[in-house]
Amino acid sequence: MGAKLFLAVLALAAFAYVVARARASRAAGGAGAARFHSRPGQHGLYAALLVLISGWGLLFAAGLSSDILIEHLLESEILRLAPGLGAIERALVISDAEALATGAVSSSDDALRQQIAASFARWRFWQVWGLSALVLGAASFALLLALARIRPDFRARNRAERILRRGLGVMALIAVLTTIGIVLSLVFETFSFFANIGWRIDKFLFGTNWTPLSGVMEGRLDPDRVGALPLFAGTFLITLIAMLVAVPVGLFAAIYLSDFASPRTRAIVKPMLEILAGIPTVVYGFFAALTVAPLLREWGAALGLSVASESALAAGVVMGIMIIPFISSLSDDVINAVPQALRDGSYGLGATRAETVRFVVLPAALPGIVSAMLLGMSRAIGETMIVVMAAGQGANFTFNPLEAVTTVTVQIVMLITGDTEASTAAGPAFALGFTLFCITLLMNFAAQRIVSRFREAYD
Amino acid sequence: MAAKAQAEQAEKADQGDQAQAGEGVKITARGVNVWYGENHAIRDVNVDIDDKTVTAFIGPSGCGKSTFLRCLNRMNDTIEICRVEGRIEMDGQDIYAPEVDPVLLRARVGMVFQKPNPFPKSIYENVAYGPRIHGLAKNRAELDGIVEKSLRRAALWDEVKDRLSAPGTGLSGGQQQRLCIARAIATSPEVLLMDEPASALDPIATAQIEELIDELRAKFAVVIVTHSMQQAARVSQKTAFFHLGELVEYGETGQIFTNPRDPRTESYITGRIG
Ligand SMILES: Nc1ncnc2c1ncn2[C@@H]1O[C@H](COP(=O)(O)OP(=O)(O)O)[C@@H](O)[C@H]1O
Ligand SMILES: [Mg+2]
Repeated sequence: MGAKLFLAVLALAAFAYVVARARASRAAGGAGAARFHSRPGQHGLYAALLVLISGWGLLFAAGLSSDILIEHLLESEILRLAPGLGAIERALVISDAEALATGAVSSSDDALRQQIAASFARWRFWQVWGLSALVLGAASFALLLALARIRPDFRARNRAERILRRGLGVMALIAVLTTIGIVLSLVFETFSFFANIGWRIDKFLFGTNWTPLSGVMEGRLDPDRVGALPLFAGTFLITLIAMLVAVPVGLFAAIYLSDFASPRTRAIVKPMLEILAGIPTVVYGFFAALTVAPLLREWGAALGLSVASESALAAGVVMGIMIIPFISSLSDDVINAVPQALRDGSYGLGATRAETVRFVVLPAALPGIVSAMLLGMSRAIGETMIVVMAAGQGANFTFNPLEAVTTVTVQIVMLITGDTEASTAAGPAFALGFTLFCITLLMNFAAQRIVSRFREAYD
Repeated sequence: MAAKAQAEQAEKADQGDQAQAGEGVKITARGVNVWYGENHAIRDVNVDIDDKTVTAFIGPSGCGKSTFLRCLNRMNDTIEICRVEGRIEMDGQDIYAPEVDPVLLRARVGMVFQKPNPFPKSIYENVAYGPRIHGLAKNRAELDGIVEKSLRRAALWDEVKDRLSAPGTGLSGGQQQRLCIARAIATSPEVLLMDEPASALDPIATAQIEELIDELRAKFAVVIVTHSMQQAARVSQKTAFFHLGELVEYGETGQIFTNPRDPRTESYITGRIG
């Protein structure tokens, strides 16, 4: 019913647009007519917007409140008929009754449910008609109001623009509020986790024993078992390996593409790099686990080194490959943003291409390159699939790249997908997530600051 | 046919100039053609550019002045689709010969661009850039000397001597352009090419640049592209008029402006071709 009314209002708005425009253009075109402030289309737009706001707004408000009202009425009826029922059972009765009334399958159909279903159907009937009348009535009224307002001095354009501007503002607000909501819940849950371990934040940050779920007593966590240092170390180690792979390759690829490659080569290679960015990380993950890790193990064996079957090296190398296009594409952008005039100036002084790149282009692009690296690094820190498959699960405090390590993201996955009760497992997961969020936020912030300063220098 | 006649004219004009100024020919261009892909931008140009002389290239925009200028230091090599034919000699040596390294050539033929393009480095580093690349200074003191001499020659020393470590991009437009001239002078070139060096500057900065160009003539062969005929008349001794990729007329600046031989030159100078 809601959807039909929604569409009806939309249709009415379209109608309002056509009618108001026609009327305005007739009024403006008449002999001796005063000069109109707004064009006919703007009167049409204003009428349509007015219809949409009043129709949809009322549909949303009245629909929601009548739903709540019906629920309330049904509950009080159940209380009257069967005073002994608890809140959960009452909710069950109501949902069964709704199912019975709409012909869907219900868990049982005793007399109480039948009766409630009958009242539900009655209320629903009134709701449908009442709502339809209210919404369509308001929309039609809005249409008439808008038509009545079509006068030469009516500022339909300004009004319509104001409405649109507010509508856009609301959309932006939704995005902002969602973000704030997520961050707040992260902060809140993290706080309750810290409260749970008796505010021993030091143990969380610097402890080396990570077995958070094995010491749980009546929902309380053992501060000695939530030491996340091995996770941070593992994340750091894998990120470091990834950057060691990605930065040289990505940066030199970008330099080659922007200053050495012919346009033909560039046209072929650049899209290829971008394809690399389009490979889902889960594919990289099993590539790391099934191809790279065994390969490293074999090579290690040939050299007399023992490489674990899940190693920081395998995960780091593959993660590095994953970030290459990210770094090369961003660096390529900033290198290309260095004005051609600077290169010409350098060539004109008898510098070679290599000298020009080294002494003019790279210094000028450096801030942008650094920020590309920071962004790539925050990608690496937050990356999950590759490490879940290739890095290992045991919280092993080591900096040896040939051993298995675990990361913050892997442990979050383990906590949430494990079979421990969600309310217990969520605490450490939220704390880890919050830490991760803070780190990547800081890095993105730094990167943005650097880039904006760079922009200022060249505009 | 016409081109040949002009070449002869040009030679005659040259001989007159040589006899008068006593300076040799620095650059000789014969039968130069330039294409950008299919676009024939320069058509069979012959010209002799004198040493210790300011030569102005004038003509409506798009006629190939910059293109021809860039042939003289092989900057066109950096443009993928550009093809140059013909013979250009500097001091009798073909600069397009296979054994000539364009990179070294550009140290001998300095270039100043239309828009000032100092590097985002300090004033000192801007000027020291060329000498450093070409290893012209054995030590810091020598480099300091080159920097100071170049800045003095570019008439910028007094304005910047107290802030050599300040960024070159922080100077005013006119100062930036003089910094670019100093930067070009620092590699001790023999020829200075300037592509509309004052077109992005205000009248006062323009006057300073023009005065500077006149002084530079004592040491270098200067070739300046300009769209301003007054500027050409003020600073140059010889003028070449380009039109649609052809060198229409070349001669003494005074003669070109007062008594042009070609009707196209006359139309341009009197404002009928724009
Ligand atoms: N980099 C380039 N690529 C392609 N065509 C060019 C390029 N530079 C100049 N041209 C073309 O060559 C012709 C001459 O241009 P240019 O030498 O810049 O003229 P001017 O400096 O006299 O205004 C024009 O038709 C222009 O479109
Ligand atoms: Mg030009």
